[in-house]
Amino acid sequence: MRKMKDNLLHGLLWFSAILSVAVLVMIVGYIFYKGAHLISFEFIFGDYSPTGGGGIWPMIVTTIYTIVISLIIATPIGILAAVYLQEYAKQGRLVKVIRFATESLTGIPSIIYGLFGAVFFVTTLKLGMSILAASLTLAIIVLPVIIRTTEESLKTVPPTYREGSLALGTTRLQTLYKVILPSAMPGILSGIILSIGRIVGESAAIFLTAGTVAAMPEGLLSSARTLTVHSFLVTQESGDIELAAAVGIVLIVIILAINLIATYISKKLNKADY
Amino acid sequence: MTTTVKEKNKKKTGKAFLQVGQEEATPGTSKISVSDLNLFYGEKQALFGVSLDIEEKKVTSLIGPSGCGKSTFLRTLNRMNDLIDGVKIAGDIVIDGENIYASNDVIKLRTRVGMVFQKPNLFPMSIFDNVAYGPRMQGIKNKKELNKIVEESLRGAAIWEEVKDRLKTSALGLSGGQQQRVCIARAIAMKPDVILMDEPTSALDPISTLKVEELITKMKKEYTIVIVTHNMQQAARISDKTAFFLNGEVVEYDETNKIFSTPRDQRTEDYVTGRFG
Repeated sequence: MRKMKDNLLHGLLWFSAILSVAVLVMIVGYIFYKGAHLISFEFIFGDYSPTGGGGIWPMIVTTIYTIVISLIIATPIGILAAVYLQEYAKQGRLVKVIRFATESLTGIPSIIYGLFGAVFFVTTLKLGMSILAASLTLAIIVLPVIIRTTEESLKTVPPTYREGSLALGTTRLQTLYKVILPSAMPGILSGIILSIGRIVGESAAIFLTAGTVAAMPEGLLSSARTLTVHSFLVTQESGDIELAAAVGIVLIVIILAINLIATYISKKLNKADY
Repeated sequence: MTTTVKEKNKKKTGKAFLQVGQEEATPGTSKISVSDLNLFYGEKQALFGVSLDIEEKKVTSLIGPSGCGKSTFLRTLNRMNDLIDGVKIAGDIVIDGENIYASNDVIKLRTRVGMVFQKPNLFPMSIFDNVAYGPRMQGIKNKKELNKIVEESLRGAAIWEEVKDRLKTSALGLSGGQQQRVCIARAIAMKPDVILMDEPTSALDPISTLKVEELITKMKKEYTIVIVTHNMQQAARISDKTAFFLNGEVVEYDETNKIFSTPRDQRTEDYVTGRFG
């Protein structure tokens, strides 16, 4: 009887594991099946043509722009905020309120951020529909993610490191900079990777703040179209699932590449043998 | 409070010593003079009127059952308790004639009063970087000088021969006992006068413990050492003076052999003979 229960549980675990992998494989497989034949050098590096047959290079560039700029804005602010909350702030009411706020922010649907961005950055600050406005909005979206993951990884740094360093007559800043942050680095990096996923996957907020101009952006203040927005629009306008799937393939490859690079950097920072 | 008459007298002589012979570094001179120290964790009082003089270039051990305040006391000597929220301290701790709670320069204090912790707490860096960490943070950048400090410190901690060929490899790859001796080297690298040790061998095997004990005995030629220990044999083996703590008070403080052979207080006798604790 007990043996049977054990087998049953075992089977259930296997089934769940296989199911989740299968779904992933099916989705990726479907996208590749539908879109792979469209992938070509011309498709990736060619300029967009509204009459069809053009490439998606402007969208790739725009996507990379938004990733880089929103991370440049959000990463330092997020890390500093987390360091303040975890290392400096007196653990009282105020900190609790701030923590609660950041946690709530992660749960807000991105369209709300998009609306805020459209009102505040685009209109009030007169940035117009632009990459900059979209990046600022995205920075706000990923800020709580970076704060949370950084805080969590700061928590995992053994308190004995802190004590050991301070006992050697170092200042808090030296301890933070030389011992605590380096030990927390892998966790912080994984937060950044998560953020990249969030940024690349975002469409609604970008749609509302960067617009849909399908041309190579001239600068930070030009309106542009990211890959996700493009993917959405081609499905919406022409019902071209195959084209959308091809765009999806490019997105998947970009995310994969970024993840690999980030893991590589994280390993380098850990210097592997420590 | 509960300080005995004898301790009060000693305190006075200790201070007199300080005024007369501050410059001299002969063993037996009072190095640290603690008077009427009370410590609170929030509302809870953890130390009650602790007064004792710690002598220069001797090993002083602090013994007592868990939660008796000996570690708390040790951590007042380099103000590590400052890190804990809600700690209040009343009383004086005078090191080399300077009241350490009167000034706010904890950085300077901690460079003079080093500390070794219960578990080895080396940073995830190379052995070299661990030992050079403190001096580097003090602004020493000269490579030659750092090399010299690291070698001297590792020699001082009797671990140089074991690690000299692998200075650039991770310190966390060493055995626990080796790590603890590198921790001692790291403390020595700051050239402190006083080294505090909080149960430094409690996480080590018997052979490593022996090595660390030998090291401590050797180190007292140069440093004033205060060690918290759970192991009474250890206190008996390595220390010159022993203080017995109970419920946040110093019950008895005397020459180690007196504490273990002819204690004056019944509670001390009960503890050292293993009747409780």
